[in-house]
Amino acid sequence: MPVIPSKGQNLGVPIGEPEIKEISVDCLLVGGGMACCGAAVEIKPWADKYGISYLMVDKAALERSGAVAQGLSAINTYLGENTPEDYARMVQNDLMKVVREDLVYDLGRTVDDSVHLFEEWGLPIWVTDDEGKRIDGGVAKKKGMAIRKGAKPVRSGRWQIMINGESYKVLVAEAAKNAIGQDNYIERCFVVKLLLDANEPNRIAGAVGFSTRENKVYVFKANAILVAAGGAVNVYRPRSTGEGMGRAWYPVWNAGSTYTMCSEVGAEMTMMENRFCPARFKDGYGPVGAWFLLFKAKATNALGEDYTVKNAHLLEPYQKLGYATGKVMPACLRNHQTLEELRAGLGPIYMDTATALQNTFKDLSKKEQKHLESEAWEDFLDMCVGQANLWACMNIEPENVGSEMMPTEPYLLGSHSGCCGIWVSGPDEDWVPDEYKVKAANGKAYNRMTTVMGLWTAGDGVGASGHKFSSGAHAEGRVAAKAMVRWCVDHKDFKPALKQTNEELVKMIYQPWYTYEEFKAGSTAPDINPKYITPRNFMLRLIKYSDEYGAGCATYYVTSEALLKVLSTHMDWLQEDSLKLCARDLHELMRAWENYHRLWTVRLHTMHIRFRKETRYPGFYYRSDFMGLNEEEWLCFTNSKYDPEKGEMTFFKKPYIQIFDPTWDRA
Amino acid sequence: MPTFVLPDKCDGCKGGEKTACMYICPNDLMILDPESMLAYNQEPDACWECYSCVKICPQGAIEARPYADFAPMGGTSIPMRSGGDIMWTIQFRNGNIKRFKFPIRTTEEGSIKPYEGKADDPGDINDEKLFNMTEWPMPTNVINKKVEVKNPDYTETWQNPAVVK
Repeated sequence: MPVIPSKGQNLGVPIGEPEIKEISVDCLLVGGGMACCGAAVEIKPWADKYGISYLMVDKAALERSGAVAQGLSAINTYLGENTPEDYARMVQNDLMKVVREDLVYDLGRTVDDSVHLFEEWGLPIWVTDDEGKRIDGGVAKKKGMAIRKGAKPVRSGRWQIMINGESYKVLVAEAAKNAIGQDNYIERCFVVKLLLDANEPNRIAGAVGFSTRENKVYVFKANAILVAAGGAVNVYRPRSTGEGMGRAWYPVWNAGSTYTMCSEVGAEMTMMENRFCPARFKDGYGPVGAWFLLFKAKATNALGEDYTVKNAHLLEPYQKLGYATGKVMPACLRNHQTLEELRAGLGPIYMDTATALQNTFKDLSKKEQKHLESEAWEDFLDMCVGQANLWACMNIEPENVGSEMMPTEPYLLGSHSGCCGIWVSGPDEDWVPDEYKVKAANGKAYNRMTTVMGLWTAGDGVGASGHKFSSGAHAEGRVAAKAMVRWCVDHKDFKPALKQTNEELVKMIYQPWYTYEEFKAGSTAPDINPKYITPRNFMLRLIKYSDEYGAGCATYYVTSEALLKVLSTHMDWLQEDSLKLCARDLHELMRAWENYHRLWTVRLHTMHIRFRKETRYPGFYYRSDFMGLNEEEWLCFTNSKYDPEKGEMTFFKKPYIQIFDPTWDRA
Repeated sequence: MPTFVLPDKCDGCKGGEKTACMYICPNDLMILDPESMLAYNQEPDACWECYSCVKICPQGAIEARPYADFAPMGGTSIPMRSGGDIMWTIQFRNGNIKRFKFPIRTTEEGSIKPYEGKADDPGDINDEKLFNMTEWPMPTNVINKKVEVKNPDYTETWQNPAVVK
């Protein structure tokens, strides 16, 4: 029997008029991933010493939130025998020079301490035994071996170590929760807007969010706020557009909230044109790092040719300028070589897992072979079960048959081989150039504070400082947390005053529901209504345009001034239409705000690409009208700043300062 | 591969305020139908297949079916997660089966005491050293070379068409 769709029930938690919950706290931590969990552990001893209060709010449940929710098979930043200066050199080499070496160095000197804490808390970390054999973290613990006590970790690369990391986030979250106690964190609260102070210009005063479990709007007042809510996913049309849309390389729930919320209150952004299009196993997006580095597999084109050898000449223009000359091959340039093959019709690109495993098998006993096979599968099962499933569905046993690889759709993040984000202060130490410090009125620089007084970010939020990965994000959250307490001690008399009334805030936050209620009677099909747009359709429209005009997969990552101009017009219309987003339940209210955040983030990303008149990251994106690097004009940071009063965003250059002598400490 | 709920096994977490899957899903996908007391995935194309719900379900009532838009039918990965280990059963489309077991943590669940054995005083709030650190490296070979570029004052602007006053 046909029934009109508007008679159907909405699927999510019912929405209705919300109650208001006001909370005042000194330090507010927005997010629940690695960075905020690091902040939680660090903040308590300092805050308790000075009588400062703290509260953490997470859109999801801490135990499985953020980019590490599923687990990881490796920790990709552990310095060990390396110096922090060399770490800065590596990051600078990989990210085409324009990075903040002060921030990278600072992360490099703190990150190992976080890794040692993880091990102490119970994370199994692989070690190498006296005979040079790899043993897993469980066996290592039984033998009394630990890297924090001097045991040798298993390196899959110069900076990476192998772990048994299925419960990595579970452990890190447990430590954070046990540190601050259950009265000091709220789960399922999605903060969507930051609030400036009514009296003091450019000063953070609060934030507003809502529960995804009950009809409640939270209005927070705070002296210091850390926003570390991850990078941005599903901002470009993905290669899989059906169910597989969820199988994003990076966590699908990261909606660019960090960038949007901070930019909207005037925080200066940096290198937002940067993006990451990792080459991964096709469709499942399983990790390739261990295959390349640990198992020594090679990738070839359809003819079996090693395209990195064949396309070595493509690097020459960059090598002449001093890029890709040393031990670090920038990830974008590796993609650049891959794309040449795909454009020439010489795909599929294959990772030859079979030869790699069979070569290693030759010297191993049956038992050791089984162990190696197990290690290869664990790489997926710890962090990307979807890839294991795809191999199972395609009968791929890696010791017998290779697997296809493909560069993914673009992702925006401040880690991995990515560095878009927010401009923050470097450490308050003499060696840090003044240009890299954000000075408060008292003359002090507060580490990782943005250009908005009292507002911090960490992890994927901090720009021009990539390669943090999980461990670095945790360490950076800790750095920010200590600086926040220092800020609160120095600004004890600050009384936050909000510009908006609670009623105005509720009206803004719940607008998508009010819109739906007002117009729902106008159609028999709730998805099709001329008066509003569903969050899903809003996102589909955004990612269609970003893909086609903003250097997505559709054009093999190519764009131009003319294409970006069209995109900008479409984004202007989306900006206007964002006021007509609808929400039929609390789940959809969350999506409405997430997709608004996505729009602003794509705006920042693509207009930074438009501003930078060169191709800084060939292989990640190309400007057809400005191919190649233009060192004379663009060896600098590209920053942007939104003026919330005027509604105007300005894009400008900021000088790049090379901090360290380029000679490596360790070969 | 969206996860899905087996109606014969799901008990709606016995009428608790929230089900385990609803509690854990990082993307707010799992939800309980209070009438049938069964959970379901309300937005399958937003599922990251992170398996958090599969691993936490006390009834073993949640499985994942590989993404319909790119995976041939028939393969599965099924976990059994206990306090210290996780056991995986991989079934291939052709019927082959592989089993793997990995450690997941070396301490008792809930036992983490982040400050046990650490110094009572975290240190000086005005330097950059973190609470658990004893050594504090400072950089060497600092050159601080500023790079000058042409047209350093070049700017562009964008006006937001939807500023709500």
